[in-house]
Amino acid sequence: MELKTKVHAEDDKQELLIIREFDLPLELLFKAYVEPEIIQQWMGTKVLKLENKKHGSWQFETTDYNGNKHRFNGVIHDFSPNQKITRTFEMENTPFPVQLEFLGFEKLTENTSQLNIHIVYKSVADRDQMLQLPFAQGLNMAHNRLQDIVEKLK
Amino acid sequence: MKLRRDVFQAIADPTRRAIITLVALQAMTPSAIAENFDSSRQTISKHIQILTECEILEQEQNGREIYYHLNPQKMKEIADFIEPFRKLWDERFNNLESIMKKYKSNK
Repeated sequence: MELKTKVHAEDDKQELLIIREFDLPLELLFKAYVEPEIIQQWMGTKVLKLENKKHGSWQFETTDYNGNKHRFNGVIHDFSPNQKITRTFEMENTPFPVQLEFLGFEKLTENTSQLNIHIVYKSVADRDQMLQLPFAQGLNMAHNRLQDIVEKLK
Repeated sequence: MKLRRDVFQAIADPTRRAIITLVALQAMTPSAIAENFDSSRQTISKHIQILTECEILEQEQNGREIYYHLNPQKMKEIADFIEPFRKLWDERFNNLESIMKKYKSNK
């Protein structure tokens, strides 16, 4: 099956574009980004803090298959319901520098919508390292998590 | 004569994949890497050596210690190294979609 998610990473650029069309009305797509219980389900992360407003901040936590906890945090620079979220993203206790994320939400039809994520990294090398993380870590974690959630939905 | 090594040989072994996973997060010394495994230091050194020969790992001298880090250039040679990143997000977004569809029908 073809993947619906597109990733554009041009050589020697310190940015990345992730584009995805959803078979969901815009409002529901946006809701999935602001309701902690819903984020928890699809991202597989615990939401420790999420202030959906300009100058707000957020912090998520994941537990890997070894039981280690990893935290992520950032600041929300811009928040316009059903339009955009601009925020920073940082992995705690890692050498990765903070990254800047522009999330754009678009209505396509009454029942479809599109999400454009534009991420800017500190350097080209930082971007490339981030891109190779899932390769290096394998997809075990994501697969397990997906499995768990699908089981619950049955 | 040394055997010719390639990246696919490097990633064919589960211990070597685990080493790549560790080093992807940050540069590490050989002893710090070995601490994560039950195998002998010697076995782990051998794996590190193979990964270095394949140029997946690069050495970096830092004071008296040698640190190993991933070589992004080499990772790029692995066909579509972006693909796992894309798949990860695709799965997350599929997840989001199915959860929200269910959410809608529950209302």
